[in-house]
Amino acid sequence: MSDAPEPITSIITPVRLEYDFTAGAAATMFLRGLAQRKIIGARSRPGEPVMVPPRGADPRTAELTLEAVEVSDQGTVVSYSIVRVPSDNIPFELPYVCINVLLDGAGLAFFHVLQECPLDEVRLGMRVKAHWAPDDQLDTSVTSIEYFEPLDEPDVPFEEIREHT
Amino acid sequence: MAELCGIVGIGQTKYDAKRIDVSMPGLCREAALRALEDAGLGFADIDAVVVGKAPDTFEGVMLPENYLADALGAVGKPLLRVHTAGSVGGSTANVAMSLVQAGIHDRVLTVAWEKQSESNAMWGLSLSPPFSVSVVAGAGGYFAPLIRKYIARSGAPEDTGIRTALKDRLNAHKNPYAHLQIEGVDFEMIANSPMLWDPIRYLESCPSSDGACAMVLAREQLADDAPNAPAWVHATAMRSEPTQFPGRDAVNPLAGRMAAQDLYKKAGIQDPRREIDCAEIYVPFSWFEAMWMETMGFAPEGEGWKMVYDGATALDGDMPINMSGGVLSSNPIGASGMCRYAEAAMQVRGQAGEHQVDGAKLALGHAYGGGSQYFSLCIVGTEKP
Amino acid sequence: MREVGIVSFAQSSALRERRNEVEILLPVAKEAVEASGMKRQEIGFTCSGSSDFLQGQAFAFVMGLDAVGAWPPVVESHVEMDGAFALYEAWVKIQTGEVDSALVYSFGKTSPGDLAEVLALQLDPYCVTQLWPDADSVAALQARLFMARAGLEERDLAEVAVRSRRAASDNSHAIVKGESDVETLLAEPCRSSPLRAHDCPANGDGATAMVIATGDRARALCDRPVWIRGFEHRIDAPALGVRDLTRAPSAQAAARAAGVHDDKLDFAELDAPYTHQELILRESMELPEDLEVNPSGGSLCTRVLFSCGLTRVGEAASRIASGAGDRALAHTTQGHCLQQNLAVVLEGE
Repeated sequence: MSDAPEPITSIITPVRLEYDFTAGAAATMFLRGLAQRKIIGARSRPGEPVMVPPRGADPRTAELTLEAVEVSDQGTVVSYSIVRVPSDNIPFELPYVCINVLLDGAGLAFFHVLQECPLDEVRLGMRVKAHWAPDDQLDTSVTSIEYFEPLDEPDVPFEEIREHT
Repeated sequence: MAELCGIVGIGQTKYDAKRIDVSMPGLCREAALRALEDAGLGFADIDAVVVGKAPDTFEGVMLPENYLADALGAVGKPLLRVHTAGSVGGSTANVAMSLVQAGIHDRVLTVAWEKQSESNAMWGLSLSPPFSVSVVAGAGGYFAPLIRKYIARSGAPEDTGIRTALKDRLNAHKNPYAHLQIEGVDFEMIANSPMLWDPIRYLESCPSSDGACAMVLAREQLADDAPNAPAWVHATAMRSEPTQFPGRDAVNPLAGRMAAQDLYKKAGIQDPRREIDCAEIYVPFSWFEAMWMETMGFAPEGEGWKMVYDGATALDGDMPINMSGGVLSSNPIGASGMCRYAEAAMQVRGQAGEHQVDGAKLALGHAYGGGSQYFSLCIVGTEKP
Repeated sequence: MREVGIVSFAQSSALRERRNEVEILLPVAKEAVEASGMKRQEIGFTCSGSSDFLQGQAFAFVMGLDAVGAWPPVVESHVEMDGAFALYEAWVKIQTGEVDSALVYSFGKTSPGDLAEVLALQLDPYCVTQLWPDADSVAALQARLFMARAGLEERDLAEVAVRSRRAASDNSHAIVKGESDVETLLAEPCRSSPLRAHDCPANGDGATAMVIATGDRARALCDRPVWIRGFEHRIDAPALGVRDLTRAPSAQAAARAAGVHDDKLDFAELDAPYTHQELILRESMELPEDLEVNPSGGSLCTRVLFSCGLTRVGEAASRIASGAGDRALAHTTQGHCLQQNLAVVLEGE
């Protein structure tokens, strides 16, 4: 029928939900450490690899990781990507370098951002260190590390980081 | 196994960025009714419904299958909802198949779907507690470093991904349901498309699609009598491993390798590349074709890219992969895995039309999810196992 | 059907938690696995239940893998449903003959979000959710209708609460428990009339885990395995206006199909989060009037969403294993107003 109304093809229902998350014991140690410029990982017992950031358990053995272990704020790039896609949760100018960094003393690599390095100089095995936020901006948050920056040290040979992802 | 299971009906929707012409129930029914029609059945013939979908946050509806119960003809019947991240379309089918294989039900309808346009999927994906390390920009940001690592380990040429993308994008032209059918697509167009997450270019990435896929499964005797020849389920397999732990190989995950070996063992396959005629593999970013060729045992470690390079994975190659255009061409996340299974089944039923592999008798469906940590697989055949 | 027995069961306290999900689940899963007498790697299948919207995270179930030892990789699946449905999937997997045992677990934290708002997202997204009806109010509509049809008063509902709280007294995991009396409860104001706080579930945080195994395996592992004799579930239409809210046909169908009435029941563990829902379920599932219901205190006293169904099964199994009964019904429900129902019949050797 010519006078039939247009079909309704969509309606908008705004949904706003607030959650009060619980970090848990291991992540709490990690976050409190960041506020003091320390990177605190955790492990299930001495001799086991240190989880950074700690996830609460060692997934291989399903044991709680209650022992806090401070690791270095220097590490090795085990993989990277140059990101050219904007994202709401990223405060960096595009393009920027996202790295998987294996901190000295840690058993896990974690994601962060590399700055102060030309894009064409990023490489696997390069040594980097954390660039911490100024004192008044330190918080119980991963943003206490503003980014990682290159360290003037020889690269780690690829064979040594081959298996780390 | 108590019973053989046959896939007797397959239905897919047209995949598109925004299917604003249908509601969520309308989208699911489009696939379900096509599958029932293929099977020569109605909702009344179905004993149970198994629904799969990625996170509820993608549509903003909690347990949407409860809301869909009457639209899917499930009222008064058992209804299950599976959710195993990106592999969910595959694992949903596996669960539905197990209901038939266990001898519990005669006929099962399984539907996997996603209607990302109902909400904001990037928002849905990035939901995580404020204290978690969150400098990852979407799925590409997570997977790009793994691809970078694969390239470093294997020495694969930098254009390997472009070649896979070109193959899948050309295959999509032969699939009427495909979301992306890019006119005039060629090597240069993909190579010149914007680099998003180096080494992943725009045209090497999957789209975000609305869509649903459905299958009707039946036990042996009923499948024998189905109007269209069934695809027989020869084997299914699933494996999962944690997201991150010391010593994890996220490039070629052990869970993926174990799932493949388990699958071949159950199906009695010694040499997968030779015995399997074609496969639909979950490849959301082009490079994952080369990577999964190794995980699936189609190529030795470090040599998956050679299959891409040699044209082995092309529609006329010796191991055609993603004849439908794959996830790179249509990605209704929760349904993408079931699309792989359905397309594999279509091949062995001779239903694949322009993207049919001549004489395909044994085909493999593959899905993965999470941080390359959930794997669901199946092998279907023209003949009974 | 292969004979499948419940070998072990563990649950956490359901009190509001300041531990994260991994830390809550890990000891519970560990306890269930250790109590089963099997090594983690010997267990053939793993299946879990949880909800992303409840946890406020996409893919919330993934962290469960950290807590249960999924290494080397495990044969594993997850339902976006209560753990009792994960148990169903595991039972089906065993029926295929592919595996002989399974670890089933579930977890839920109701404390991080506003449950009333979260559960409104289960309603019709195009026509109802915009009104943001809270779950207690939706249940109250059902209670009002049921009371009118059955000729019941608020006092009758309060009696369910009194009995449940008394039963929960011995349950160390219960949130609400102890002696109360109808007059005192009725003196409290209504929350969503006709429902008062005592008519509504005591929500908490927690995890549940269970190990099941096939016949001889189960017999070898424990003194008195509890056998799953019938296992069925059904769903009704979602829209509140299209079904008679005073009845639960899906509960009736599930109970009948599961063989609830084939023999005498000693007790039942019903997932009835609201007082009136216990009464609807008793009627719909055609349970004898004198049947003991919820000796644990039930979901009214302790509800960990997405886990409380598996807990009902575990509570019933534990009671049978201890010799306090030979045959029981365990039940769970999902969706608003008893939309979806699951029934499992358990028997001791």
